[in-house]
Amino acid sequence: MDLVKPEIGLMFWMILSFGIVLFLLTKFAWKPITKALNERDASIQDALDTAKRTKDEMVALKSDNEKLLVQARAERDLMLKEARDTKDAIIAEAKTKAAAEANKMIKTAREAINSEKNAAIAELKNQVAILSVDIAEKILRHELANDDKQKALMTNLMKDVNLN
Amino acid sequence: MTVNQNRKITVNQMLKPIFLTLLFNLFLGISFSFGENEGKKEGEEKFNAGETIMEHVTDNHSWHILGHTSLPLPVIIYSDKGVECFSSSKFEEGRLAVQGNYNYGLIKGHIRVIGADIKIDEAATAKIWDFSITKNVASLFIGITVMLMIFLSVAKSYRKNAGKAPSGLQSWIEPLILFVRDDIAKPSIGEKHYRRFMPYLLTIFFFIWVNNLLGLIPIFPGGVNLTGNIAITLTLAVLTFIITTLNGNKHYWRHIFAMPGVPLWVLPLITLIEIMGVFLKPFVLMIRLFANIMAGHIIILSFISLIFIFGDMAKWIGYSVSPLSVGFSIFMGTLELLVAFLQAYVFTLLSAIYFGAAVEEHHHPPQHHDTEQQAII
Repeated sequence: MDLVKPEIGLMFWMILSFGIVLFLLTKFAWKPITKALNERDASIQDALDTAKRTKDEMVALKSDNEKLLVQARAERDLMLKEARDTKDAIIAEAKTKAAAEANKMIKTAREAINSEKNAAIAELKNQVAILSVDIAEKILRHELANDDKQKALMTNLMKDVNLN
Repeated sequence: MTVNQNRKITVNQMLKPIFLTLLFNLFLGISFSFGENEGKKEGEEKFNAGETIMEHVTDNHSWHILGHTSLPLPVIIYSDKGVECFSSSKFEEGRLAVQGNYNYGLIKGHIRVIGADIKIDEAATAKIWDFSITKNVASLFIGITVMLMIFLSVAKSYRKNAGKAPSGLQSWIEPLILFVRDDIAKPSIGEKHYRRFMPYLLTIFFFIWVNNLLGLIPIFPGGVNLTGNIAITLTLAVLTFIITTLNGNKHYWRHIFAMPGVPLWVLPLITLIEIMGVFLKPFVLMIRLFANIMAGHIIILSFISLIFIFGDMAKWIGYSVSPLSVGFSIFMGTLELLVAFLQAYVFTLLSAIYFGAAVEEHHHPPQHHDTEQQAII
């Protein structure tokens, strides 16, 4: 057969066969395959996007956490400081209160001691007076127990008296 | 007359064209006389490389398998007297003519009507159409069966493996499909339009490749020079041409008939060239595939034929030449494996580029742009 002259019979079978192959493969192979490939591409893209989004979210979450942590730490410090201040204030107040109470008590005690002392002194003075009178009476009684002494005394006294 | 002689004479007559002689001078570097067999005694015939090679690269009504064994193929003839079908073995029984609606004879590989005067009846021959299942048609059927088997099973695995990684044959075919999609269709046609051309591009790519590879198998079900047959490449090129033409948008046609920005006096010339280009592009597609594949077959066979050509001179020369010939054949066969893929790629790529040109949306500068430019000048 000729080399460069197309045979009509072969062309006929070629068109028929190629048409059938094109139809069958388009319907049953290329469409499902390209669809599956596109779906796979889409799902891979989707997975990549999701991964990127998740990563971004993680980063955001981490920075949020850090922010929260810093905030919490600051809050804790603040609370500690407040507590310390409160404690100091309470202690100082208690101290002043105690001191005032003590002062008051000391004052009361001192007053009581003073009044007791005064009373005791007054009592002592009375006792001393009574004792002195008793002593004087006893001395007198003793000095004037016989008549000679009474006369001596009388003479003595009479000496001092000048009849001027 | 024996069958063999019959065939020899017909093929010898067929081989007269000069270009084949040139081809052999080119490939083999030796001058070769096609007529040297004539007048030889029966049984002492010399090996005729040209005959063997041409029998291989052209179409035939029987399929030569081995030695003197050929597979007869059905002959289907449509004529004004209706359709008839018989085995091509009838031609090989040494009969002058096969009795049918007409008397058919196989002359130079063509079925001809033989008249009562034992000559070709040209008038009656013009009335018959030969739709025989020839060697090429049979190979075509094998090729498309292989394609359907491969791709329908691959499509099945896509359904079965939905959402999973590809496996088996699927993972072997997938990169090729992706290659056609991402390296041929998308860059040539563009993201917007490539989808509708994908089925055709995938089909021609795998059709050409599968048949190229089948043609490289040296034993029976393969080895047919199908994609190196002009009828096949013509059909493929015409399909590409039809698809390009049907999809041409107004920019495509404007570029052909009224190229923008071309002075009026050059326009007729440009238009003529563009119109020629429209037909030349598919023509070149046809010739490229045809010539590449046919040349590959001829070269490989020529190297093998060298053994027998030298063997005819003296047996020891044939034996000593054979390692060299086999080595060259292996080299060429390996090269042809590459060419098989390359030609499928080139045909598909160029088709895609033509489709791309047909559907391309040109972004001409808006009208005010021109006036602006003029103002600047």
